[in-house]
Amino acid sequence: MRTTTSTTARRVVPRGFGRLLGTETRLFARDRGSVFFTLAFPALVMVGVGLVIPGMNTSITEPGPLQGYSTIVVMLPAILATAMATPALTAVPVFIANYREQGVLTRLSTTPMPSAGVLVVHLIIGVAAFIVAAVLALALAAVVFGIPMPRSPGVTVLAVVLGAVAIFAVGLVLAARVSKGSTAQGLGMLLYFPMLFFAGLWTPRPIMPDGLAAVAAWTPLGAASQAIEEGWFSTQMPWQQLAVMVAYAVVGTVLAARLFRWR
Amino acid sequence: MSESIVEIANLHKRYGGTQAVADVSLEVRRGEIFGILGPNGAGKTTTVELLAGLRQADGGTIRVLGVDPQRDPAAIRESLGIQLQASRLPAKIRVAEALELYASFYADPADPAELMARLGLTSKAATAFANLSGGQQQRLSIALALVGNPEVAVLDELTTGLDPQARRDTWALIEQVRDRGVTIVLVTHFMDEAERLADRLAIIDEGRVVAHGSPAELVAAGDDDRTFRMRLPAEVAVSPVLDALAALAPVHTVTEVADEIEVSGSRRALPAVVLHLAERDIVPDEIRTLTRTLEDVFVEVTQAHPDGVNA
Repeated sequence: MRTTTSTTARRVVPRGFGRLLGTETRLFARDRGSVFFTLAFPALVMVGVGLVIPGMNTSITEPGPLQGYSTIVVMLPAILATAMATPALTAVPVFIANYREQGVLTRLSTTPMPSAGVLVVHLIIGVAAFIVAAVLALALAAVVFGIPMPRSPGVTVLAVVLGAVAIFAVGLVLAARVSKGSTAQGLGMLLYFPMLFFAGLWTPRPIMPDGLAAVAAWTPLGAASQAIEEGWFSTQMPWQQLAVMVAYAVVGTVLAARLFRWR
Repeated sequence: MSESIVEIANLHKRYGGTQAVADVSLEVRRGEIFGILGPNGAGKTTTVELLAGLRQADGGTIRVLGVDPQRDPAAIRESLGIQLQASRLPAKIRVAEALELYASFYADPADPAELMARLGLTSKAATAFANLSGGQQQRLSIALALVGNPEVAVLDELTTGLDPQARRDTWALIEQVRDRGVTIVLVTHFMDEAERLADRLAIIDEGRVVAHGSPAELVAAGDDDRTFRMRLPAEVAVSPVLDALAALAPVHTVTEVADEIEVSGSRRALPAVVLHLAERDIVPDEIRTLTRTLEDVFVEVTQAHPDGVNA
C-alpha cells in the first residue's frame, strides 16, 4: 500500500513539467493561424512602420553614430517593445482564460501539476516564440532598411529577453483570474495601449520629454524600450531599467501563481 | 474491506444564496463502489469536488486516505483520480498525447498504452480530442482519472450521453477497475446504474443525505408492507371475496385495479389470503408480488421524478 505524502508539492520543478511544455508547444504549433501571426507580427510592424509612416525611410542626416541610417532605426526599441507586448497582453491572457472557460484548467487542477507549472509553461512558450519572431523581424529590417549592429550586444539581448519575461509576467497576472476569453481581451487592451505609449511607440526616445521618460522607466515596457535603446546605441549600462524588468518578472510571476484560479 | 477511505461529516457549502450542500455525512470503504445518487442539482458534484479538495467547504470535516483535502489538497492529488463533468481537454490534443501528458504528472502512473487498450481507444491514439465521439471522449476522461494509478477514483455522471451499449461497456469497465483494488465513488442520477454497480450508496437531495445503505437494504427498508396483485377466475363473484379478504388480520387494504385485486398487508398477508381462498376452493389464475425498486425508494425519499424534474 502506498502512503500519501505531499512530497510532490515540494519539488522545485513539478513532475511532468517538461512534457507539459512539450505538449503545449506542439498544440501551439498545430494552430497554424496563431503561429503565423505570432511569428510574422513583429516583422509586419517593422516593415509597416518603416515603409508606411512618412519620413521613416529617409536617411538620418545629423552627424552622430546613426548618420546615414534610416529614421526607422530610432524606432527599433519601441517596435521590439510593441512586438513583445502584443502576445503578452492580448494573446496569452485570452488563451489561458479560454482554457479556464472550457474546463481544460479544471481537468488539470485534479492532477499533481501545480498552477505555477502551468503559468511558467505559457511564459516560456510566449517568450520563446517572441524571440524567434524578433530575430525574423530584425533580419528583415536589416535587409530592407539596413540597421546598425548593437554597440553592446550582450546588454541588448539581455534587455530584449528580460523585457519579454517582464511583460509576459504582467500578462500572466491578468490571465490568473479572468474567467472569460472576451474579458481577458478587453482588459488586455486596457493595459496594452498605455504600455505602448510608455514604450515610446508614438514618442520615440529622442523626442520623448524627459519627465515622461522618467515615469516610463518604471513601467515594464518603458524600461524594456529604454534598456534596448541603451544597449543598441550606447555603451551605458541601464541598471535601473534592468532592475525594474527583473522586479516585474519576479513579482508578476509570483503574484500570478498566488492569484491563480483553476476555474 | 471495511477500512474507511473517505469520511465526510456534516459537510456544508453555499454559493451565494444557494445552499448547494446542506448537511452531508458519508463514509466510503476501501475496495467498494460507492454510489452518490440524487436528482439534478442535488449537490452531488459539489460534494465530490469538496472531497477532492477542488473547492473550499463552509463547514464540516472531510478525510480522504487519512488526509484533510481541504487543508492540504496537494496531498491527495497523487492518490485520488477524478473525472468531472465540467472538464475538457484542448481541442487539438491527441488521445495518446493526453494520456502520456497526464501520466507524466504522477510518481507511479499506469501505462498509457495499456489503458488505451483497456478502454478501447487504441485505434484512436492519434485522433484529436475534438474529433472523438461523445462516448470516446467519456472513455478518455475515465482513462485520465485512472492514469495516475489512484487508490480512489471519483467518476461524475460518466454514462450521461452514452448509447446503451456504451453504457454497459462502461459499467463492465468500472467493475474491472474495482476488481483491481481501486475504490470508486460513482456520482449518478441513473437508478439502474446505481443499482447495478454500487455496493453501497447515499441518496442526496437538496444538499442532504436522505437515505444510505446497500441497494438491497434501501429497497428492503420500511418493508413491513408487502403488496401483491392477483386475478381470480371469471366465474368467481368478486365483491364478497373483497370483503372477506379485507377482514383478514394481516391484510391492510384490498382494492380492485382493473381486472386484478391488489392486496397489501404484512408479511403474512399473502399466505393468509391464499389459505382463505383455498378453503373456499378458489384458485387464482395469477398472483404476482410487487417488489420495491431503488426507483421507488428514490421517489419516496426525494419526492421528485427520477430524472430530476419535480413531479
